[in-house]
Amino acid sequence: MPIEKFTTLVSTCVPLPAENVDTDQIIPARFLKATSREGFGENLFRDWRYDNAGRPRKDFVLNDERYGGEILVAGKNFGSGSSREHAAWAIKDYGFRVVISSFFADIFRNNALNNGLLPVQVTGDFLSLLLDCIVKDPRLKVRVDLEKQTVSLEDKGEYENFEISVYKKKCLLNGYDDIDYLLSMKDRIVEWEQKTEL
Amino acid sequence: MSSKTIFDRIWDDHVVCTVPEGPDVLYIDRHFIHEVTSPQAFGGLKKRGIPVFRPDKTVATADHNVPTTNQHLPIQEELSRVQVEKLAANCSEHGITLYGLNHAYNGIVHVIGPELGITQPGMTIVCGDSHTSTHGAFGSVAFGIGTSEVEMVLAGQCIMQSRPKTMRINIEGKTGKGVTSKDIILYIISQISTGGATGYFVEYSGEAVRSLSMEARMTICNMSIEMGARGGLIAPDEVTYEYLRGREFAPADKEFDRHVERWEKLSSDSDAPFDRELIFDAAGIEPMITWGTNPGMGIPVTATIPRKDETGNTSEASFGKSLDYMGFNPGEPMAGKKVDYVFVGSCTNGRIEDLRSFAQFVKGRRKAEGVTAWIVPGSRQVEKQAAGEGIRDILEDAGFELRQPGCSACLAMNEDKIPEGKYAVSTSNRNFEGRQGPGARTMLASPLTAAAAAITGVVTDPREFL
Repeated sequence: MPIEKFTTLVSTCVPLPAENVDTDQIIPARFLKATSREGFGENLFRDWRYDNAGRPRKDFVLNDERYGGEILVAGKNFGSGSSREHAAWAIKDYGFRVVISSFFADIFRNNALNNGLLPVQVTGDFLSLLLDCIVKDPRLKVRVDLEKQTVSLEDKGEYENFEISVYKKKCLLNGYDDIDYLLSMKDRIVEWEQKTEL
Repeated sequence: MSSKTIFDRIWDDHVVCTVPEGPDVLYIDRHFIHEVTSPQAFGGLKKRGIPVFRPDKTVATADHNVPTTNQHLPIQEELSRVQVEKLAANCSEHGITLYGLNHAYNGIVHVIGPELGITQPGMTIVCGDSHTSTHGAFGSVAFGIGTSEVEMVLAGQCIMQSRPKTMRINIEGKTGKGVTSKDIILYIISQISTGGATGYFVEYSGEAVRSLSMEARMTICNMSIEMGARGGLIAPDEVTYEYLRGREFAPADKEFDRHVERWEKLSSDSDAPFDRELIFDAAGIEPMITWGTNPGMGIPVTATIPRKDETGNTSEASFGKSLDYMGFNPGEPMAGKKVDYVFVGSCTNGRIEDLRSFAQFVKGRRKAEGVTAWIVPGSRQVEKQAAGEGIRDILEDAGFELRQPGCSACLAMNEDKIPEGKYAVSTSNRNFEGRQGPGARTMLASPLTAAAAAITGVVTDPREFL
């Protein structure tokens, strides 16, 4: 089953400078009760975004009309905590296609990549620059080019390269799915099982 | 042959092949599933029109959103009930063993795997839950995965994964009185921060780790993820074998001895290369408690709240935000802070030894007025054992109640939620904002420190009573 392809994205950004944004903040456990993958965006950052009565909290960036776009720019160690893939689903469902941070938690990174949500790891300096520029000019556009593995500030010329495994890059550029790939290797798995003492 | 770490040994033994310029295809020996992170994976199989490849290698339990009272009645909360029913339907359709609600083996996935002897040394183990690292205490490579990866394991019994780096954490020497394995792991995380082991698979070693029981070792490995580690393990030894011998699904009789011979080879060579190595002195560790909103924000229970993040991992703004959320100020002592709730349970500290240590502490004492305490066994078997050993009676005499098994207030997916603004001393693993309920304020600690808080109604050094 092909996943959504990713090649290049040019978009404004939503800044979320907090560090250690954990998956309980991205999507609290009480919203994990659905049995499908859709609709989690509604509760993305639920307790930061709404008060207990369900009213939008004006001071939270998703409720700030100045900011919008398909790129979330977050502080260091984004996605720590639980393995819930619902966190990646919620971010994607809300409309983001890229998360930029200076550091990602391992499981979140895998979950994001498996859903066509691109985690872009930049240096702490570049992250600070990016956050500053976005806050100064919320209309600033950022270009993420997966083929070239670059993230750049449009019109400013500032850019940085980012890392991604050759395999994952190929998957995203072509919309390949890991599971299809694994299924194509079933004979090898069976062969391995037969020669191994399990 | 070049020298190897135990992690490399197990990993290499399970690589089916390597994707060119990509991840390893790693064979999985045991796969655990639960109601929350599996439905979409089964949904994926259905869309693809494929069966579960090796149904005998997956075991299921319902734990995350089950109630901890009246489990004989239908689950009241509709969405939770639907998820639990969906799990049962999926397991039945695909021929997967399910230890559902009211089954004698039901319980938290990371409690039942070990207690049933399903978890064994040398295995690769995954589950759609980050605390799968718990199983590493047996000398296995165990880690949490997302739902797409759950689907992958169901589809092909393998996972495509890049090999993490390795880290060894040595805890040398002996711990002092009243210091538990929970304090050791909270101490380590406080030293290296909540992202300090990201990208690594950790091996714990040293005298203080070797001298721990299996259950105490599980507590340490359980929280490996709280410093970002992919997983954590401890080389198997006599303690491991003695724990496993005679367990339901452990090999029996001569077969067991044959396995021990294999398991004894599972250790890191003396000159095995680790990408990073850390050494801590057990004697310097005190009973710990967290003051902030991530597990790295821990200090000795006798200490005062720091004025800034000394590990340099949190900006001033985030540091202040944590304190605001908790309603604390820099420089205040933790001892004496008011406690409204005490939660003992979870995959971190919901085993029989945890209940024993809590019960022994509260025996002959009374729960403080104004403290609500939830004592939640990690499994049916733990519950039964607690009743059989008289722990239930001790708890009831002291004003406590033993509930029924489940994840409970650890992540507040069921009715067990700490109310907004209330303070809870919790033996679970995460003190994130809202983790135990919207607005709940969590202080992570050991069962002993939780017991001291339950008796006094304030944060208390348990050593004052020992």
